[in-house]
Amino acid sequence: MSVQELDFSRVDEIIKQTPNKKGALIPVLQKVQKFYGYVPIESIERIADGLHVYPADVYGVLTFYSQFKLKPRGEYIVRVCCGTACHVKGSDRIAEDLITKLKVAVGETTEDRRFTLEKVACVGACALAPVVIVNEDVHAKMTSDETRKMITSLQKGQKE
Amino acid sequence: MDKPRIIVGMATCGLAAGGKPVHEKAKEVAAQLGIDVEVRKTGCIGMCHREPLMDIIMPGRTRVCYSDVKAEDVPAILESHIKNGEVYKERLLGQFKPSSPDIQPYPDTQYYDELDYNKKQVKIVLKNCGFIDPTKIDEYTALGGYEGAKKALTAMTPEQIIDEVKKSGLRGRGGAGFPTGMKWQFCRNSPGNEKYIICNADEGDPGAFMDRSVIEGDPHAVLEGMLIGAFAIGATHGYIYCRAEYPLAVEHLNIAIEQAKEKGFLGTNIFGTGFDLDIIVKEGAGAFVCGEETALMNSIEGKRGMPNPRPPFPAQKGVWGKPSNINNVETWANVPQIITNGGDWYASFGTEKSKGTKVFALTGKINRTGLVEVPNGIPLSEIIYDIGGGIIGGKKFKAVQTGGPSGGCIPSSLVDTAVDYESLAALGSIVGSGGMVVMDEDTCMVDMARYFQAFCQDESCGKCTPCRVGTKRMLEILERIVAGKGREGDIELLLDLGSQVKITSLCGLGQTAPNPVITTIKYFRDEYEAHIKDKSCPSCSCPALIHFEVTPDACTKCGICVKNCPVSCITDGTGGKKGEKPAFILDEECVRCGVCFEKCPFDAIFKHSGGTRVDKVSAKVKKES
Ligand SMILES: Cc1cc2nc3c(=O)[nH]c(=O)nc-3n(C[C@H](O)[C@H](O)[C@H](O)COP(=O)(O)O)c2cc1C
Ligand code: SF4
Ligand code: SF4
Ligand code: SF4
Ligand code: FES
Repeated sequence: MSVQELDFSRVDEIIKQTPNKKGALIPVLQKVQKFYGYVPIESIERIADGLHVYPADVYGVLTFYSQFKLKPRGEYIVRVCCGTACHVKGSDRIAEDLITKLKVAVGETTEDRRFTLEKVACVGACALAPVVIVNEDVHAKMTSDETRKMITSLQKGQKE
Repeated sequence: MDKPRIIVGMATCGLAAGGKPVHEKAKEVAAQLGIDVEVRKTGCIGMCHREPLMDIIMPGRTRVCYSDVKAEDVPAILESHIKNGEVYKERLLGQFKPSSPDIQPYPDTQYYDELDYNKKQVKIVLKNCGFIDPTKIDEYTALGGYEGAKKALTAMTPEQIIDEVKKSGLRGRGGAGFPTGMKWQFCRNSPGNEKYIICNADEGDPGAFMDRSVIEGDPHAVLEGMLIGAFAIGATHGYIYCRAEYPLAVEHLNIAIEQAKEKGFLGTNIFGTGFDLDIIVKEGAGAFVCGEETALMNSIEGKRGMPNPRPPFPAQKGVWGKPSNINNVETWANVPQIITNGGDWYASFGTEKSKGTKVFALTGKINRTGLVEVPNGIPLSEIIYDIGGGIIGGKKFKAVQTGGPSGGCIPSSLVDTAVDYESLAALGSIVGSGGMVVMDEDTCMVDMARYFQAFCQDESCGKCTPCRVGTKRMLEILERIVAGKGREGDIELLLDLGSQVKITSLCGLGQTAPNPVITTIKYFRDEYEAHIKDKSCPSCSCPALIHFEVTPDACTKCGICVKNCPVSCITDGTGGKKGEKPAFILDEECVRCGVCFEKCPFDAIFKHSGGTRVDKVSAKVKKES
């Protein structure tokens, strides 16, 4: 999707649906990201106008919180947990394997926009470490082999 | 209850382990067998290592819990238990104690409470977790839910409530352990008619999940606690600040709030007393520092989540500049039972200064991982061995990290320490929020320190220099030590920098960030010295300091290592040519990925560093209950 094609009317709608503008910046950005998959840079001024704050405030919040992404992400968001429990159980290895397998750095998206590789600091499934999360699904007690197999089947277009 | 009921554990851990297919299969099989059952969900009962869990209740009989259930086990379990009235032994975990004399237990069936994992636990906060359906308020009220709130609002004065909480000795479960009753008193005494209460559900400690489980499994306990607290303080607005990484917790909270409103436990004129309270869920956006109370309030206001200097304390000037009282999830969840059963009852658990129970998330290299709730003051050894079942694969216990990135490690030599606020603080660690990550002989303590330092450095908000720059410098030193480039004097430098960062940082993040480094140096200085002086890693873990080697006599030339090496640095060993030599690793090219070590089916590859050698023993690790 190029910039021209992006339709920002949804941003205006989200703002309109937020009657109480006090403290609404983060929830609005979360809704925008949920809809577009990221927060398009071009939407910042609209959001600032709509919520009566400065664009710098919006940008400041966007860059402060790790949840917000300023670039489009892939169809599958693969997150490796790097929390303490997962680290002790060898999640570094899984992350490195995925870097090789997907040929992208952490935080990056493959050229075909199918996969984004990210790290996350704990999703609360620590008892079943190490975990890998694909979109919303948490996969428990993963190994490098299993992770690779799962990615291969996703690459082939099969459902997980 | 007149129908059989099937209950599947569907918290984050249950789902990750495969609870959903079990839930679906249960519905499907029940329909096939033509039995009229109700299939429900529940939260996390704490036995994460045995998930997926499936319970069955037959009318008039005790509740039976099955563990490690896969979808394909479901038909046999239902057939046996529901159709034939017999417990299916193969997946049996235990039956719950009968809740009344009319309930008949099953013969020759172990009680759930008597399992090694549960024997020493005392469940107050986790009483309902994994037992009730968290999306149904009736299941909560059926077990006495909202009775505490009713008593507080209709039969007690705010002062009496605060006195009861003071009497209970409850201290904040979010990390600092501040007395809860006293905190409420401050906020109550603070002038102003608009006040706020906040539940801190940010749970930033990576490797801890107590708050997630409580919210997912028993959200009404948190709401009820907040209702009681709000009434005592005189607050009419509440926020729950929940970590963005916990979507299920947010979902359950929102459902619970809606249901509480319908029943009149939230909203206006609660219990006909004229007291009003509304509670809103705010989702965090991924910043560890937002767990710090002043940063959290800035985040609620929609700003960058940076801490403010205190004073003013939240009780004086909190969210939106109004007096605010913030407590942790577990703190709130204790409150209803303190009011229902009395402060003295609560104070009968625990020690002189640390009353009641504490929930811990037991993870890492331990056999039985999960959530445990124990009386304060229990010896650490009982948690590690009696409850946790010791170390995986019979390896040696090295240390346990408590308190996450703000805490410290406790070495195996101090395993008899009582787990309470004072005793852990005396060792340089903290109880913290309740994370307990167990480490064995293969975990390098210098690398652990580096890991936590990297975490703190990454999460430092950058507002003050000692933390922003200090954590960075400390990380650089630790990185060079694990890379085998440590210098003489680095240990002293770390200690010096660490103590400066501790005293000069603005908020708790910086003030505690050096703790993991300081405690690992205190208890494992020899490991630091080996890295720096001998350029070796005694745990054979730091990639830059280890070497992989083949034992020629043990190598069968199967070629598996050769095939799997990502950089093709293993020669021979494929058994193709006659008289060929065993596999051989070219050390200069090896990237220390360890794949060959893991894959060799004959355990012919070992790793070594300095004087230590680690052989792989691929004996299957037996599963324990
Ligand atoms: C860096 C940092 C992170 C924190 N994270 C949390 C957290 O995730 N959850 C929590 O309850 N308290 C956290 N705290 C402690 C809170 O600031 C506060 O003390 C606590 O919520 C008070 O509740 P309590 O008295 O019930 O423990 C954190 C503190 C600091 C300095
Ligand atoms: S100590 Fe660290 S996290 Fe806290 S205010 Fe200073 S820079 Fe920010
Ligand atoms: S995998 Fe093991 S046995 Fe097979 S060739 Fe390699 S070292 Fe030899
Ligand atoms: S550790 Fe990795 S890189 Fe080194 S020899 Fe083994 S497989 Fe190859
Ligand atoms: S540390 Fe990985 S899920 Fe908590």
